[in-house]
Amino acid sequence: MDDLKAKTDFAGNFIEKLACCGLYPLHATGVEILQMNITRRCNLSCKHCHVQAGPGRTENMTRETMARCIRAAEYPGITTVDITGGAPEMNPDLEWFVVEMAKLGKRVLLRSNLVILLEEGFRHLPAVFAANGVEVVGSLPDYLGEGTDRQRGRDVFGRAIEAIRLLNGLGYGKPGSGLVLDLVHNPVGAYLPGEQKHLETEYRRVLGAVHGVSFNGLYCLVNCPVGRYLDYLKNSGNLRDYLMSLEASFNPESAGRVMCRTTLSVGWDGSLYDCDFNQALDLEVICSEKGKIGDVDLSILAEREIRLGGHCLACTAGAGSSCQGSLTE
Amino acid sequence: MSENYYEKADLEDFPNIGEYAPEEGEKFFEYYAVATRAGKLSEREKSLIALAVATVRHCPYCIDAYTVKCLSLGVGKDEMMEAVHVGAAMAAGDILAHSTQMRKIIKKKEM
Repeated sequence: MDDLKAKTDFAGNFIEKLACCGLYPLHATGVEILQMNITRRCNLSCKHCHVQAGPGRTENMTRETMARCIRAAEYPGITTVDITGGAPEMNPDLEWFVVEMAKLGKRVLLRSNLVILLEEGFRHLPAVFAANGVEVVGSLPDYLGEGTDRQRGRDVFGRAIEAIRLLNGLGYGKPGSGLVLDLVHNPVGAYLPGEQKHLETEYRRVLGAVHGVSFNGLYCLVNCPVGRYLDYLKNSGNLRDYLMSLEASFNPESAGRVMCRTTLSVGWDGSLYDCDFNQALDLEVICSEKGKIGDVDLSILAEREIRLGGHCLACTAGAGSSCQGSLTE
Repeated sequence: MSENYYEKADLEDFPNIGEYAPEEGEKFFEYYAVATRAGKLSEREKSLIALAVATVRHCPYCIDAYTVKCLSLGVGKDEMMEAVHVGAAMAAGDILAHSTQMRKIIKKKEM
């Protein structure tokens, strides 16, 4: 019975595993990536969405908070600015934000569900992204239409392919253009992704040969047991097995490279988090100074202790998982 | 001891099969790793072979493990089912080929 209890204390077991490899307490090693979740609104309501975004959500980052993010992004350690949501395109100030952020000369990523780029009122955005050198990270969980539609909604795959074609037309995902289009794979179900290199080959083969579209790279993400994905795991009776498989796949090498160690995540209201998952769980950063983005000295946050939970096992499983894909070969 | 011979949780015990014979266990796992990793055949091809063998051998643990592995590798459900049919056809062929023995005996025994 004690064994069973220990087996199901996933947060405790995670901390124990980190301690075994000398990583507990886990500390940040810098702030290199500033990730901002600028809206919970989305035109889709995907079954795995950890922030439970959808058309009915109203939370949007204001232009004032965006301006504070831009000032924060001037911090010399920050190399990458990562804009996410929801569908970030649905924040009415996105265009202004992208243009201002691009002036800093740092790498700017925008996470898109792709299909929004075909909708009325958003079709001009790919050209804005291209003009400002914004890298597009597009969600495409499966290179097979059936899987993508099962997770993201009817006909999403077909429309996503159409959006990739539109981006390709601007030079995105084409060699020599300097415009980067990366795709994101995450499993459509209660299992872990396969090897990123292998899946990228399959994506390239099918998307190229069957659909005639191209992209730069594939990021493989492990679904994190938070939000709608957690609900799915519970409702389908897969929760225990999934957590057990995450725990069994714990990789110390991945643990040392987790994204939260170099990332600061900003919520729509300027609150600060270690990652987008902690943001969804409303677990703000542990820091002696309290405040929103712009209030707290980033050099203090660069050495903060990371707030941990059982869900963190998703980032340390196998080759590891981050917003930029696998962490190890 | 559980009430059932097959328990899902038993799959988690697989890494412990070297208990009581650690040297053999270690050699088996080394062999298993080499045989199933990508070589001239890809990991994807080998996983489909393993899935077909698992169903033919009626091994619930291997069916579980290799169905999940195929999903992880992005193998389509139709591809997995095709692999199972290869196994089914081989098993049926194996049975029917043994009818040769029956037919030979019939021909020998009947006037």
